Amino acid sequence: MGGLAHTLRPGSKSVKFMAEKAKGPRARPLSPHLQIYRWPVTMATSITHRATGLALAAGTLLVAWWLIAIASGAEAYDTFSMVARSPLGLLILFGFVWSLAFHLLNGIRHLAWDSGFGFEVKTAERTGVLVYVLSFVVALAVFAYAYVAKGVMP
Amino acid sequence: MSVRTPLGQVEGLGAAHRGTEHFISQRVTAIALVPLAIWFVFSAFALIGGERSDAVQFFAEPLNAILMALFVIAALMHMVLGLQMVIEDYVTSEGGKIVLLVLNKFFAWAVGAAVIYALLKITFMQSTP
Repeated sequence: MGGLAHTLRPGSKSVKFMAEKAKGPRARPLSPHLQIYRWPVTMATSITHRATGLALAAGTLLVAWWLIAIASGAEAYDTFSMVARSPLGLLILFGFVWSLAFHLLNGIRHLAWDSGFGFEVKTAERTGVLVYVLSFVVALAVFAYAYVAKGVMP
Repeated sequence: MSVRTPLGQVEGLGAAHRGTEHFISQRVTAIALVPLAIWFVFSAFALIGGERSDAVQFFAEPLNAILMALFVIAALMHMVLGLQMVIEDYVTSEGGKIVLLVLNKFFAWAVGAAVIYALLKITFMQSTP
């Protein structure tokens, strides 16, 4: 903050430089962009919420494929199962479950905000960290449950 | 000339020119999805990769087939609203925005129709002798 005031003293090198640049075609000053800021937890959760939302939109195709495979017959179902149980399939399934867990937990956080709760900066940062931790716990719990239920895991 | 104040004329008009019903639908579908998504994850992950007959039997139960349909419908409605917001935020050209907004709806209806058809087929597989 102090650094900016220092460099923008009238007559300083940077002000002269900016004045010279301004003579060129529309050289406007730029506002600081993403990489300038220290990432607060709340910014990270906001971006992750959107990213997981996009991942889940693609995930609807997996749900559709699964149900169509069940409906279509043994051959289609075996193809789906083979892909789902492959290492890449399991990785995608884990990504899907983690995205769902994160989006669900952070969505509940958003619903709390919409009702007027949890807006204190400290509280919002704590719930943000909590959502990241819980999302991994839930995703691992679902995989453990799937293993016990003899579902997805080999 | 309008007699409305400059503020009154632009109030509620963001990039999408509307928003209240979008905001409310997004929250209503979100609330519906909290229990439905939890049910979905635990139901699906007990079945995925298992025997096909177990999955068919699971969806032969009317409650399971209905809950699955409700989950997919609520999820797709929520998805359309969410993707719409992303498109309105990041796509700056008016034409590209309209094309993507239409594709967004087409995608949701196509996935929804396929899923409902699959669920009906699984359900009626049972009743035919």
